[in-house]
Amino acid sequence: MAVHDLVKRYDEVEAVRGIEFEVPVGETFGFLGPNGAGKSTTIGMLCTLVKPSGGSAEVAGHDVVRERDEVRRNIGLVFQDTTLDGYLTAEENLKLHAELYGVPREVLGERMRQVLEMVELWERRGHIVNTFSGGMKRRLEIARGLLHSPRVLFLDEPTVGLDPQTRSSIWGYISKLGREEDITIFLTTHYMDEAEYCDRIAIMDQGKIVVLDTPEALKESVGRDRVQIQTEDNEAAMAALRERFGIDAQIAEGVVTFGVQGGEEFVPRLFEDWDPAHPPIRSVSVSRPSLDDVFLSYTGTTIRDAEASGSDLSRNMARMMSR
Amino acid sequence: MASTADTTTAGVARAPSGPPREQAPSGPELARVRVPTRSLRSELRAVKVVWKRELIRFSRDRLRILTSLMQPFLFLFVLGTGISSLASAGTHGVSFKTFIYPGVLCMAVMFTAMFSAASIVWDREFGFLREMMVAPVGRSSIVLGKCLGGATVAAFQGLLVIAISPLVHVHYEPGLILELFALAMLLAFAITAFGMMAAARITQMQSFMALMQMAIMPMFFISGALFSVAHLPRWLEILNRIDPLTYAVDPMRRAIFSQLSISPAARRTLDPGVTWWGWHVPTLAEAAVVAVLGLVMLSIAIWEFSRAE
Repeated sequence: MAVHDLVKRYDEVEAVRGIEFEVPVGETFGFLGPNGAGKSTTIGMLCTLVKPSGGSAEVAGHDVVRERDEVRRNIGLVFQDTTLDGYLTAEENLKLHAELYGVPREVLGERMRQVLEMVELWERRGHIVNTFSGGMKRRLEIARGLLHSPRVLFLDEPTVGLDPQTRSSIWGYISKLGREEDITIFLTTHYMDEAEYCDRIAIMDQGKIVVLDTPEALKESVGRDRVQIQTEDNEAAMAALRERFGIDAQIAEGVVTFGVQGGEEFVPRLFEDWDPAHPPIRSVSVSRPSLDDVFLSYTGTTIRDAEASGSDLSRNMARMMSR
Repeated sequence: MASTADTTTAGVARAPSGPPREQAPSGPELARVRVPTRSLRSELRAVKVVWKRELIRFSRDRLRILTSLMQPFLFLFVLGTGISSLASAGTHGVSFKTFIYPGVLCMAVMFTAMFSAASIVWDREFGFLREMMVAPVGRSSIVLGKCLGGATVAAFQGLLVIAISPLVHVHYEPGLILELFALAMLLAFAITAFGMMAAARITQMQSFMALMQMAIMPMFFISGALFSVAHLPRWLEILNRIDPLTYAVDPMRRAIFSQLSISPAARRTLDPGVTWWGWHVPTLAEAAVVAVLGLVMLSIAIWEFSRAE
């Protein structure tokens, strides 16, 4: 997959402003960014649903504009919103897909069993889809997206709106997929923790790719560990940190939070220099930089900020606007 | 309970897996699928499966089958019976129910066809349209399959109304049943195509239904479903001849009346036939009008859907 200077304009608004990247075969590639960053538009262009206003993109070796059918034959899609027929059974949905994609009938039965077993829905194949939970529907969609053995699988926010447990099981399937089927996976997400499942990540903000690298390298580039301390008096503790260590701490989720180089080595120093006059520290935690920190350091805002105001309503609004 | 909040800071442990990923060792047990290149055969498969989906969905929806029979029954047995006493003077002994039967049959077909076409609006709303639109098949195959599916379902509804024909003094007769059914199919196809054409542009269910009501009610009333098309005031006659439904109701009525033994005078009043500048339009020409209209609207629908992103 190769993308050159891809642009999409909607009237006055530039949703995607010239992006550039390549994805080798077999990689799991993640697009990360807050709502409205242009992720869905990009995926729409790559899977031939949205016409680019400029630039070019090749998917599975075919141009998304000139060889639309070729591209479509080689990609599987799992959208943000369900595209199953709720009145049909799981099996009927898969059969319909197989017919639309011209999957040879000789292999269909076996292939169907394979994908359904993979997402653990084989026993439920005869059930009407409307009786399924959100997680089951998403799993069925993943199975359907794989039915015709695509070379590239697009997952647009594959876990949005699912509970944490279902989310982690969906990720289990996606990792398994990467191992079992020789497939390139392209996904978008705005959950920071999920981006770590990818081989490489592109962080997108306001229609542009801000940075592109492996999760490990991105975290290293930030270089600071996150230290959180709990005290009796946060204000006093923050003042003490500033005074003694020259650290500007913030209060995040009710605890004093700051970033330092080499967090683990910093903790003994912290206690050595901590004046008994300062409020006693009740607990300390050190964590490696997360992609949250990465996002923050590259864009100056946290994805959480979008999340915090992102009630379901505004998330839906953003989704509708991005259509 | 794991909360969503702490997952972000905790980070998720993952076995290091550099970009050069091992090839799946389970190769042989995987059923490999090659999606064939586009061909007439793959297009036909797509048409067939889209058509079949309509039938499966219709057969699961018993309530819809029942409720769509409601309207014909109201017209035939409530309106028909009620008006009978008023109209008996002018119907030469022919039951008013028999007279309006072809119109009611057309109406049943039209409403079902309209609801079938509406399903593409639902498909869009529930996302399923996207699944069909991204498939490596022509949009024309999708639209054609959808249209044929809707037409089949509506024609089946017509068959149900044909089945009750003895209740309005129309006897079962293979030739008649076939003719009525063929005409019902043609009408079903044309109306579904009309609905598809409208659905290409109208994405909201409410607007779509409003438009369909606005189109179908006048078509029904003007078509002569409830009255004879001879000796109409000039303005109504013109409207009547423009109304496509006229060309479905009239041949059906002609077929049914050919079964009745009534006086020539009665026939002239009740079943005068449609004329163009004095020329009696034969059944085949009428059927052709409906068919051509259906094909034109289908082509527009295909064009509209192919154009859409």
